[in-house]
Amino acid sequence: MSYNAALTDLIIKMADDELIQGHRNSEWTGLGPVMEEDIAFSSMAQDKIGHAWALYRILHENLEGKDPDKFAFHRPEKDFKCSHLVEMPNEEYGFSLMRHFLFDHAEAIRYESLVDSSFEPFRILSKKVKGELKYHTLHANAWIMQLSQAGEESYQRMQEALNNTVALAAGIFEPSPEYENILIAERIYPGEAALYQRWLDRIYPILVKASLNLPDMKTITPAYGGRQAIHTPYLRPLLKEMGEVFNLDAEASW
Amino acid sequence: MLQKITIASVYESLEHVMDPEIPVLSVIDLGMITGVELEEGGVHVKMIPTFAACPAVSYIQQQIKTVLEQELDIAVTVTVDKQAHWQSNRMTAAAKEKLQNFGIAPPQLLAGEMHAEILLAVPCPHCGSKETYLRSPFGSTLCRAIHFCKSCGQVFEQFKPLE
Repeated sequence: MSYNAALTDLIIKMADDELIQGHRNSEWTGLGPVMEEDIAFSSMAQDKIGHAWALYRILHENLEGKDPDKFAFHRPEKDFKCSHLVEMPNEEYGFSLMRHFLFDHAEAIRYESLVDSSFEPFRILSKKVKGELKYHTLHANAWIMQLSQAGEESYQRMQEALNNTVALAAGIFEPSPEYENILIAERIYPGEAALYQRWLDRIYPILVKASLNLPDMKTITPAYGGRQAIHTPYLRPLLKEMGEVFNLDAEASW
Repeated sequence: MLQKITIASVYESLEHVMDPEIPVLSVIDLGMITGVELEEGGVHVKMIPTFAACPAVSYIQQQIKTVLEQELDIAVTVTVDKQAHWQSNRMTAAAKEKLQNFGIAPPQLLAGEMHAEILLAVPCPHCGSKETYLRSPFGSTLCRAIHFCKSCGQVFEQFKPLE
């Protein structure tokens, strides 16, 4: 049934973004520039992986999906549907921070829209997740503001980080060629184009306050492909590392 | 042991099940219990985690089962209630006082949605001063934020308000 297929496709995209971004966040554990940031990225990693888990559970319980752990850690790269943004290595802190800012506002917008979804598990989950995400966007906004006002070099590095991440972030909103219409018609969610516009409206005033210049979005090419399982070279090594312990003994009970 | 199990006696036992991360608070104090039903041959307890990724959920479920089975001598099943979601407003007034005495600032009562301003000027649990600022919205566990008190010069944790 194409309704179930469309819903499954959307959930996998959302969950894979959460899982992979969660893993990237966890790579800051022990390496954060200050202790509070180490803790913040580690906590956000935990939240993200928890949200991914909740979505994989919806797949498992409502849409005949596989066991969530197996689905997360035992899947070939070609079956992942995460965006290129989350696949990118952490690089310097400015890049990670800007990605976190753009990604978490996109998440917040998405979960806020799901409060009115026709799909009940989305309505229930979104209420919880959107409350938790407030702390993620609060954290991101505070640091974007702080570092953009912390002298010339700091400002320039934040602007550069924005220039380097914005096309990747726009790739979050890659619409599905086959399922977009049915998801909108069935009132599962408002669709990627609508979310993209709301996201721009949300981030723009914050960037203005930080005196950062959002590039003209009409001139950038969104980094599409991830939703169609065309990935960057960074995903494969990440998946290998992420599943390393699990795959030592996939049947082990933890 | 033959004793009449009532809903009230189950709730009384649940007050003995403590949170592993904040051992002065019970699952009742925290507002984690959403329902108790007496069924044939046992009790069914419905609960909700505070944060979606709380790593202590399965431990707490197990603790509820162990304590209740020991105290009431009855079979216990514990399930996560999917219809309800935890909000910090579920925490009882007594719980907030216990938190305060434990050295963690309690969450403020939320009227509507959480907003950033509510995290400003959280009263210090050590000296009571409101001359404080939010140092990080993330702390030693998912449910805590870190603040700094300018009056007594100490860092303190707060149980985060959650809408």
